Amino acid sequence: MKRAFALLTASVLAFGGAIAARSTVPDSLPSVDQSAILTDGMPRMLSEFGFFADAAGRLPNAGLIPYELNTPLWSDGADKLRFIYVPDGALIETDGEGLLQFPVGTAIIKTFAFGEGDDQRYIETRLLLHRADGWTALPYRWNDEQTEARLAIAGGRVPITTADGDAISYRIPNKNQCKTCHSVDDAVVPVGPKARNLAPALLAQLAADGRIAAVPEMARIMPIWTEETADTNALARAYLDVNCAHCHQPGGGASNSGLDLRWEQSDPFALGVRKPPVAAGRGAGGLLFSVEPGDPDSSILVHRMNSNEPGVAMPELGRSTIDHRAISVMRDWITEMGQ
Amino acid sequence: MIRLTVGALLLAASAPVLAETHTIAPGEGSQERLQEALILAEPGDEIVLEAGRYVLTDGLSLDVDGVTLRGSGMDGTVLDFTAQKGAGEGLLVTSDNVTLRDFALENPQGDGIKSKGADNIVYYRVRVTWTNGPDAGNGAYGIYPVESTGVLVDGAKVTGASDAGIYVGQSNLITVRNSIAEANVAGIEIENSRNALVEHNIATRNTGGILIFDLPGLPVMGGGNVIVANNLVVANDTANFAPPGNIVAGVLRGTGIMVMANDYVLIEDNILQQNPTAPIMVVAYTQSFDDERYNPLPRNVVVGSNNYGVGGDDPQLDGAEMLLAAFGGTLPPVLWDGLGSLSAVEGTTGWSLNLTEAGAGLGGAQPSPLSAPEPEGEFNREGIGAPAELDARIL
Repeated sequence: MKRAFALLTASVLAFGGAIAARSTVPDSLPSVDQSAILTDGMPRMLSEFGFFADAAGRLPNAGLIPYELNTPLWSDGADKLRFIYVPDGALIETDGEGLLQFPVGTAIIKTFAFGEGDDQRYIETRLLLHRADGWTALPYRWNDEQTEARLAIAGGRVPITTADGDAISYRIPNKNQCKTCHSVDDAVVPVGPKARNLAPALLAQLAADGRIAAVPEMARIMPIWTEETADTNALARAYLDVNCAHCHQPGGGASNSGLDLRWEQSDPFALGVRKPPVAAGRGAGGLLFSVEPGDPDSSILVHRMNSNEPGVAMPELGRSTIDHRAISVMRDWITEMGQ
Repeated sequence: MIRLTVGALLLAASAPVLAETHTIAPGEGSQERLQEALILAEPGDEIVLEAGRYVLTDGLSLDVDGVTLRGSGMDGTVLDFTAQKGAGEGLLVTSDNVTLRDFALENPQGDGIKSKGADNIVYYRVRVTWTNGPDAGNGAYGIYPVESTGVLVDGAKVTGASDAGIYVGQSNLITVRNSIAEANVAGIEIENSRNALVEHNIATRNTGGILIFDLPGLPVMGGGNVIVANNLVVANDTANFAPPGNIVAGVLRGTGIMVMANDYVLIEDNILQQNPTAPIMVVAYTQSFDDERYNPLPRNVVVGSNNYGVGGDDPQLDGAEMLLAAFGGTLPPVLWDGLGSLSAVEGTTGWSLNLTEAGAGLGGAQPSPLSAPEPEGEFNREGIGAPAELDARIL
């Protein structure tokens, strides 16, 4: 099997020019290495998984399902290339509007990139692997030559110029920090692919392909973050759910704060309305409540989202710059709340 | 076939067969080397931090059960977070049965060491220092175990926290002892926790020395079964430097031992000296709240015999001059707001505000000398304090 793989790789390399000219990858290419996903270990190179036909990770394997989120996590404005790999023939269970329940053997692949067109550079690729004993998170860091991505369990820092022109020290999370966000009741879980935050067209396609039994019933789906006309309340609640609720929910990393920012939460106090800080320390900025209706300038939530200072900035991980559009949406949301 | 063998070896390696020691030295790449060791450790392993100063730019984290992180002494091994760029604390522990000992953190940008949902944790001879002294810009908590069952803090030292030096929150079976809390807003704070023993500590130069609080609106409430005994609570006279909005921002400069809400608390055999507002203060939760599960009153608080030195002589209270004059120049050592229930051993002097309603402010205060019944029977100490197995780890 190994030998066959090597031969195939050699032939692919030999015809590299022809491959690069194609827009899709032929089915005859080597498939994803199931054992790398399933075996209890940490492959040193991203290429060992076979998610991409090339070591540079530009050519996704035919088995990878690309997806986008209606409202994504802010990561310093990084572009994200997201894929899901599900073993052949395995079914994805749905849970209403909630998280898709992926079978063992699934991999969720997310590459973070900066720059446009030919100048695009991959920084890191984060993997979530569904193994027999649960999900494992692994970060891989791309080299300067953009030819390979190597396991970076301790994370790292990379100098980056963002789309807004800010020069920042971009943080690649360490393996534990992956879990800080991807964790409920101490178990690693995916965060993004909830039915309510996926494009209806993608869900329809998954149903048509027999990957899910049917498109789940949903009361309401999350708005498209970039749509200027979207409802402010829906945008704000979607943003809080995607960017904050992985910690700020019962069983999450910030459960002791008592703040619950999930999409399904409806109790104003749990959402921070007139809720005093608990363990915010100087992060509260001298303000009395997480959300003061009608007064965004007096709301800790806006204050912490609008800071880059460690110990004040929220989220604590995953950003070094301020998401100005999010600040604007939160301000509108809190202002409208007072009317 | 080859892959299968490798897989089997990896599986075998993940079982705790033989505990290993991993030694880390300061210097180039210590951030990555130390963090890698914390991730790759197996249950039972010990990570040894050689003496020296580790200059770190990001928070560290440990998520493996049963690991010991050991430095060469709280003055020898220093994790220096002065240049920290990210994360909400210096070190985050999220696994059980962890022992942290003999090292220091300096100038973390947020909290010092946070352990969350980390049962049976031991902090032994750990130091957290904000080197610029009291400053609202310092991090909130120095040592910060939360949502944990089984917490032992022994021989620790925290200086400069803008909230609480040693803070145990929403936890159970707790001992904080032999530790020094100096120049924090709150020296030692036990919050929304049960079965806590706070003994043989020194709390000095804080705004308030030792606080036992129960607050509404949190996942875990109903604090109580707490003993505060044999502590030296001296000269807690630093002006409150907490950022406004936080609960400790309301702590009055010069508070020795303070109980807010809670059920069943014993305060005895402490030495209380030079706490100018109130050597001992027992009050209901002072703010309005909307939480049916919450009881704002202090109940069954027992003031045993304590050694009261100078105190209550420069209270940070409205009408201080009048009060001092009324009580002959010095307020008696125990201040109660009159809400809930309090007993005190014979000979205890104090004063009561005689409030009739919690959270309604001091408008209805009618100060008078304290009149409290004597404690009924022995205080039941059963089940209070950290499990004995935690002691065994530091013998």
